[in-house]
Amino acid sequence: MSSALPSPEASADATVVLGGPEIARALTRIAHEILERNKGGADVVLLGIPTRGLPLARRLAARLVAVEPTLDPAALVGSIDVTMYRDDLAQHPTRTIGETHLPGAGIDGKVVVLVDDVLFSGRTIRAALDAISDLGRPRAVQLAALVDRGHRELPIRADFVGKNLPTSTTERVRVLLEETDERDAVLIEGTR
Amino acid sequence: MSTGRKYLLRDVAPYGGDRTTVLLADGVVAAIGPEVSDDDATVIDGRGLVLLPGLVDLHTHLREPGREDAETIRTGTRAAALGGFTAVHAMANTTPTQDTAGVVEQVWRLGRDAGWVDVHPVGAVTVGLEGERLAELGAMAESRAQVRVFSDDGKCVHDPVLMRRALEYVKAFDGVVAQHAQEPRLTENAQMHEGVVSAELGLAGWPAVAEEAIIARDVLLAEHVGSRLHVCHLSTAGSVEIIRWAKSRGIDVTAEVTPHHLILTDELARGYDPTFKVNPPLRTQRDVEAVRAGLADGTIDIVATDHAPHTREDKDCEWAAAAFGMTGLETALSVVQETMVDTGRMTWTDVARVLSEAPARIGRVSDHGRPIAVGEPANLVLVDPAARRVINPEEQATKSGNSPFRGRDLSGCIVATFLRGRATVLDGTSCDEDVVVRW
Amino acid sequence: MKHLLSTGSLSHKQAVRILDTAGQMAATQAREIKKLPTLRGRTVVNLFFEDSTRTRISFETAAKRLSADVINFSAKGSSVSKGESLKDTALTLQAMGADAVVIRHHASGAPHTLAHSGWTHGAVINAGDGTHQHPTQALLDAFTLRRHLSGPGDVTGRDLAGLRVAIVGDVLHSRVARSNVQLLHTLGADVTLVAPPTLLPVGVDAWPAAVSYHLDEVIDTKPDAIMMLRVQRERMSSAGGGFFPSPLEYTRGYGLDARRLAAMPEHAIVLHPGPMNRGLEISADAADSPRAVIVEQVANGVAVRMAVLYLLLAGSEGTQDETRHDQTNDQPNDQTTKNETKVDA
Repeated sequence: MSSALPSPEASADATVVLGGPEIARALTRIAHEILERNKGGADVVLLGIPTRGLPLARRLAARLVAVEPTLDPAALVGSIDVTMYRDDLAQHPTRTIGETHLPGAGIDGKVVVLVDDVLFSGRTIRAALDAISDLGRPRAVQLAALVDRGHRELPIRADFVGKNLPTSTTERVRVLLEETDERDAVLIEGTR
Repeated sequence: MSTGRKYLLRDVAPYGGDRTTVLLADGVVAAIGPEVSDDDATVIDGRGLVLLPGLVDLHTHLREPGREDAETIRTGTRAAALGGFTAVHAMANTTPTQDTAGVVEQVWRLGRDAGWVDVHPVGAVTVGLEGERLAELGAMAESRAQVRVFSDDGKCVHDPVLMRRALEYVKAFDGVVAQHAQEPRLTENAQMHEGVVSAELGLAGWPAVAEEAIIARDVLLAEHVGSRLHVCHLSTAGSVEIIRWAKSRGIDVTAEVTPHHLILTDELARGYDPTFKVNPPLRTQRDVEAVRAGLADGTIDIVATDHAPHTREDKDCEWAAAAFGMTGLETALSVVQETMVDTGRMTWTDVARVLSEAPARIGRVSDHGRPIAVGEPANLVLVDPAARRVINPEEQATKSGNSPFRGRDLSGCIVATFLRGRATVLDGTSCDEDVVVRW
Repeated sequence: MKHLLSTGSLSHKQAVRILDTAGQMAATQAREIKKLPTLRGRTVVNLFFEDSTRTRISFETAAKRLSADVINFSAKGSSVSKGESLKDTALTLQAMGADAVVIRHHASGAPHTLAHSGWTHGAVINAGDGTHQHPTQALLDAFTLRRHLSGPGDVTGRDLAGLRVAIVGDVLHSRVARSNVQLLHTLGADVTLVAPPTLLPVGVDAWPAAVSYHLDEVIDTKPDAIMMLRVQRERMSSAGGGFFPSPLEYTRGYGLDARRLAAMPEHAIVLHPGPMNRGLEISADAADSPRAVIVEQVANGVAVRMAVLYLLLAGSEGTQDETRHDQTNDQPNDQTTKNETKVDA
């Protein structure tokens, strides 16, 4: 569905706040923090939230395997679509439902690390927590976000953050990834 | 039969021809000529207006007695006057059926009391329209209603022996059988014209052959027994062909087409709006073209409205549950103008023929459809062909709202209608007070 | 898309989207917890003027799996029969706050009338009207065909291009056939209708489908799928229209039996919308063969109906052709921009 993705071209007033190397470093740091916190990657399942959480989860998995070669990257990563759990469906045009795919061993008793690109109001994560509870019973759920831009509307906090980015609500934060957008960058657009 | 009032129609164009002035007095055309004047007369400025003999409808459903919720003789005839008619034939499918002298006299009397147009009741061919035995045709013919047209309209006289007997029997009083041509077995549960659209919509089809087969049989029967036959509301290209063939053989057959079959097609069923559910059904564009050609070349003799008012309850529902029929008295002339005159296929003289003279002759109505000439009864209509109007059924005089032309912009307006010299319509509005005074 | 009245009004894109959404719905139905909170607080009315337990249950299951409230309204047995009753019933449902009306009616066009009458503001879903349309049946058939015949791997985004499907039986009276001809054509399949001439409508030549009177000849052309239509035994009687001389003669000419099944290509599948007349249009051998996907059709029906309910009811009105995938953004509700290309999580 790449044709349906937004143009990778940034608008004229966009400011690049993270480039490719910074994103790579942030992910590497998060990967180490995940291993640190969970005393290794044996029980960890990385669930990416489509669209851009999923490639981020895959990148994190590659980094975990780099540190702990015994880990199987395929068993580490899944995707979790939260569309059908959102509380704001009626406020938007109908959303296309993304794919939910769990690793073969499921998530029961595991440590699920939700992976998303930007943490904002917290509503997506709230929906993801509901979705997880319908899929199994993990031992713990943690949250990794590449960018935390603030403005939470729910009592939700990330366990692992690539970069805290103070923004105004009128601004737009865009994460571009090679897998979906042909390049890596985090942009801020709009008036301040 | 005079109101005492005189009318001077100044600078009108009889049959759309040269301008002249026409004086109506004492119920007749009193004088014609450019210099005619009369100081006592009400003057109507007729510049740009066409003067025609008052229209005669051979096919109207007035619904009274029985369905006064849909139409009454008073509302229906007022609608007729507003449509330019001075005489209408009231179809027999009332409750009770117009199959006895008593019922037809009642309808005739109610029509006279209303005073908008002359009402000529149509007698049923068979008792109760059941198609089983002849009604007392002679008694209806000899009644005060002087019935000359007999029809089971809404139902077909499908038994060939019964049809033959009826054709023969009415010769005794110069009557005519007006056949609703619909083979019943071929049209069981039929909902619309059978073709591409019905196939897609999943509505049971009313095949053209169900009409054509009956017409073919009837013209042969009429030939065999030497009777005259009238074919109601023919609607298909094949029907036109059969009538053309019959006339070429010298068979005494006449045929009518409705305004709606001159302009509307089965494509309108796609919205499942029961306003467009009618019997015979709206056909294809090819059929529309054929009936226009047939009307222009004289194969089809007349236009008759088949004005069929229905209550909202009978139309505000799913297609299959809805009643067949659409109103037409107040739009008939506009549709004929738009499809035949504005397109150059007919003159106003032709319009006078198909909407007045020929229907009067078929119905044996002697004082309508007459020439516009001194001494003739002043049954006339004044038309403004340049005017346009958007049809709003709620503003019409008919009691029912099932006009297929709702919201449609049609050409031509009736300015005035005169019944024996008395204005039933003036300035496009009905002369209610005059009617009350007169009757 | 505010209503689903006919497959004829679905674009290729819309049809594929429904099938894709149904695929995601089907995936959720393999889970232990099948219920989703998606349509919580929405009310779906099943308005059935005609008996159809299986279709009603399928819609009811779909709505409940999405957490909608379901009201079943069966006109059968109550005083309503026809005419004004549809209007009054619709007004009643409107007053109850129906967000969607799933309607089954014996009159062709009744759902269309309901949708355009102003009697109800909810979405109208046609669950079968007269001999007109049964769009969710065609969608579930297309879903089933796609799953089996569009090649290996993830079928998301695919259509039915190049597939050859024979639809066999009483086409004249079949809303399933009408819906399938239009939908399968839209999705790129080649459809051949097979029936005795009496059971084909006048005007069928305008349909985007080939027509044959001979089932064996069509099977010889190696179709990818064969869809058997239900034939009512009453149709042979004179009162029923006298469409064919006897059930036996019908079965000989148009029934799917073991011999014909064996003549079909190995990959070909057999569909039937149910309920089946075993021994008339389909023999037990054919109905119970591993190539018959008839039971799977029923399961797929729930997923397809969930997809339709989701697409008609979940989003805000009037803007429902959004196809973007990147909708997982964590956007606050007070920011009501229409953007939707936003990625600002």
